[in-house]
Amino acid sequence: MRLSTGDKVFQTLIYASLVILGIVMFYPFWNSLVISFNEGRDTALGGVTIWPRAFTLENYNVVFKDTRLLNSFWISVMRTVIGTILSVFVTSLLAYGMSKRDLQLRNYYMIFFIVTMFFSGGLIPTFLLVRNLGLMNTFWVMIIPGLISVYHMIIFRTFFSALPDGLEESAKIDGCSNYGIFFRIVVPISGPIIATIGLFTAVGHWNDWFTGAIYISKDELLPIQTLLRQIMNSNIMTEMSSGNAIAMEHINRNRSITTKSLLMATMMVATIPIILTYPFLQKYFVKGVLIGSIKG
Amino acid sequence: MKINSKPTRRSLFMKQWDLQSMVLPGIIFVFVFSYIPMYGVLMAFQQYDIFAGIWDSRWVGWTNFRLFFNAPEFFNVLRNTIAISFLKLLISFPAPIILALMLNEIRNMAFKRIIQTVSYLPYFLSWVIVSGFVVSLLSVDNGTVNILLAKLDLIEHPINFLSIPEYFWSILVSVNVWKEVGFASIVYLAAIAGVDPTLYEAASIDGASRFKQMYLVTLPCITPVIIIFMILAIGGILSAGFEDILLLASNPILREYSDVIDTYVYRVGIQNSRFSYATAVGLFKSIISVVLLLIANRVARRAGVSLW
Repeated sequence: MRLSTGDKVFQTLIYASLVILGIVMFYPFWNSLVISFNEGRDTALGGVTIWPRAFTLENYNVVFKDTRLLNSFWISVMRTVIGTILSVFVTSLLAYGMSKRDLQLRNYYMIFFIVTMFFSGGLIPTFLLVRNLGLMNTFWVMIIPGLISVYHMIIFRTFFSALPDGLEESAKIDGCSNYGIFFRIVVPISGPIIATIGLFTAVGHWNDWFTGAIYISKDELLPIQTLLRQIMNSNIMTEMSSGNAIAMEHINRNRSITTKSLLMATMMVATIPIILTYPFLQKYFVKGVLIGSIKG
Repeated sequence: MKINSKPTRRSLFMKQWDLQSMVLPGIIFVFVFSYIPMYGVLMAFQQYDIFAGIWDSRWVGWTNFRLFFNAPEFFNVLRNTIAISFLKLLISFPAPIILALMLNEIRNMAFKRIIQTVSYLPYFLSWVIVSGFVVSLLSVDNGTVNILLAKLDLIEHPINFLSIPEYFWSILVSVNVWKEVGFASIVYLAAIAGVDPTLYEAASIDGASRFKQMYLVTLPCITPVIIIFMILAIGGILSAGFEDILLLASNPILREYSDVIDTYVYRVGIQNSRFSYATAVGLFKSIISVVLLLIANRVARRAGVSLW
């Protein structure tokens, strides 16, 4: 195709803006990574931007020795794995049932679910309910209340409705029950959509700090994001004066580490697991988002 | 006929017990965790007493709502909620559309993929992490933004961005665009991929430049998708944000510009345990949101697109 001068200017402008955009998108992440690998005292002098000036692993060394932090990391891993498996299981089963056109009361169920997407009781009634159910300060508070997402159910349902009818009919003739069909035929061919919803759910679990902040006060149950938020908060409040407890202890012993370098290392530890999963699943989720949004 | 159809229905229901049993756990969960809290909204009209519970607490009518309308924070909270929502609608809403249109013009697949991957990245970071980035980038001592501005000779002294209330809205909206733009563009890219290629051929034969093709072919073709997302955005207009504001405005100095309905509910409800009052404030928001959603949908239906 031949491009006119105007088209060339237009294209150049777009390439240039996208390059700038790419840098702006990536830089904050990169800069924090760099600081986490830079010696704290050196960072305090300023000017560490795109490359570590005094490379060190000491920040990570300190982070990985902190038992409270490691414990929170472990809590986050557990809730992400258990929460994602349970949630995807219950939601997909529900969606499969809902995808059957001859399901009695189907339209009523659908209204029942959709209403919740637009209207909710809000923060306080939900908080009191969770408290009355005795879920406060339990591991399960991070899993049970959010077990079902109506939005994810609709995405699953759209995918299941598009499967060819023949697949299931032949299994039915062979005497397979609906559960048999679901586990032996539908689940194995639904890899992309299960990966997509699984990724969304896992990201949600890994990144959630608010549940931990309002429902959990026991240190040994805090997920890593909530702990990180607490560290940052105490950091902001006492900035320049005393620093937070974990950091101060190490700073007193080892002058090369500062609260900031430690915070950056902690942030990276809380980020990298989720960043590592997504390139593997990227090809799925783009497809998955499309299914959900266009037909939804 | 009527006498006949009833038992048939019930027996059909029993016959599909296995399908129904797949749906049942979902219904129970949604009932417990979504519908019971909706019923709990009644406490907005009570002087809720934790020991008496919702059955026996004293009814006080509209008192809690009146208290909110007369509260000293009312004006600021409402102004911030509306202003922040409006700014988000004005800037965060079109941003992914523009990004998708730009990405669509890129023929170099490797470049396109790099930009896309990088732009999705922030979506996978938690708001806690993002707020950490923001604090670090904007910090007075050695934040990259201050370094950059100083090198460009735009400032003499570093600016403490996160303690100047008037800057809060711009920071909040920029960070939101940064975090969401890439991921939100996926939907529009998909819509663009569905545009009939012959339309472009026809347009280029008629001598339309690339920009005109984008403006006169691509944009009109994805308008239905844009409208649907617009309706959803309007329904959420009073949800100015919650996590982002709570985390970015941890400095109380900012409150005059950062307090919105949701953060206010959190503060008075969870932190000060004024359950009934906070519920009333939350209910006020929900009702206005639902009304806005219904209005937006009705207007859009006139244009031939609708959510339901």
